Amino acid sequence: MKLRLAVLALAAMPLWGQAADVKFTLVIENHRFQPAELVVPAHQKIKLIVENRDTTAEEFESYALNREKVIAGKSSASIWIGPLKPGKYGFFGDFNPKTAQGTLIAK
Amino acid sequence: MFATAIIVFREVLEAAILIGILAAATRAVPRRTRWLLGGIAAGMVGAALVAVSTDRIAMAFSGVGQEIYNAAVLGTAVVMLAWHNLWMSSHGAVLAAEARGVGQQIRDGRRECSVLLLVVGLAVLREGAETVLFLYGIATSAESGTRGMLAGGLAGLTAGVIAGIALYTGLLRIPLRYLFKATSILVLFIAAGMASQATRFLIQADLLPSLAAPLWDTSGLLSQSSVLGVLMHGFIGYDARPAGMQIVVYLLVLVSIGWAMKLAGRPKKVINEGGRKA
Repeated sequence: MKLRLAVLALAAMPLWGQAADVKFTLVIENHRFQPAELVVPAHQKIKLIVENRDTTAEEFESYALNREKVIAGKSSASIWIGPLKPGKYGFFGDFNPKTAQGTLIAK
Repeated sequence: MFATAIIVFREVLEAAILIGILAAATRAVPRRTRWLLGGIAAGMVGAALVAVSTDRIAMAFSGVGQEIYNAAVLGTAVVMLAWHNLWMSSHGAVLAAEARGVGQQIRDGRRECSVLLLVVGLAVLREGAETVLFLYGIATSAESGTRGMLAGGLAGLTAGVIAGIALYTGLLRIPLRYLFKATSILVLFIAAGMASQATRFLIQADLLPSLAAPLWDTSGLLSQSSVLGVLMHGFIGYDARPAGMQIVVYLLVLVSIGWAMKLAGRPKKVINEGGRKA
């Protein structure tokens, strides 16, 4: 497991430059999350970058992850998550819960 | 419109709980209504300003400005609530005994009122900024537009205010002597809950370790999105999946304010025994 994570971190390195951070990006467009399902490594702290392409603000909220953050229109924000146990973690946009729904899958 | 009302209600409820309790706790303090309303007004103005500068706040401190801002607002509120409770512990007995008109004799009355203004202002500020952003989004959406925003917003606000007033009138039924004790205990748990929330924001910003995330999961037992869950969150800071660090801070704040309240309630006796007239 440790080895796999190390490999993952190593693979991420040339893309983002920082060895310690494992970053994932989530896009909000038309009050929807893209991708709606995001797979991330378990047992490791990750940095989630949420990019809001809509003109209005959205609140990234998750009871499962115990996180909430308002993201202004046309801007992005970063949220630290984990280390997570393997499993599924639902999240939603509190300002548009009808359409903005997603799941984080920790493996 | 209904969904809008629900979200606004949820935001207003948390502030309404705190304001209802504080209004009951300070009922014998002269001119406290003016200070309370002043706090609400100041909080609303502040909320609008914060909402307008959300992106700038978020960008500060390399992307974790919003967490630091939230933690600072909550942290300040915790300190002010602690101060309020200590003041109540040392003056509550006098207030209860001479409730009618003798309030002016209390030297720190004005300072307690400015603390009241600040705490109420911070509560409104925190819940208000999110509400403003949310309503703005609704107003500019093609589906609902300004009318839907106004109707839903007003319905949610009214429901929240009614809940606060209901709590206030309920508390007023408690005899004055027990009222201070009851409100002090409520405020103590609210302060600990706010400290736990502040901690969560600092963990989210990677400024504090989580210790265990989560330490336990009681979401199956009491969901945090349920009505009871939201109420328990407002009253005792209920969190279905708290991080270990949140619990550490929660207990630390609970014990230290509780202990300080005991100390603050005691010195009067010592002074009396020392021969000074109270």
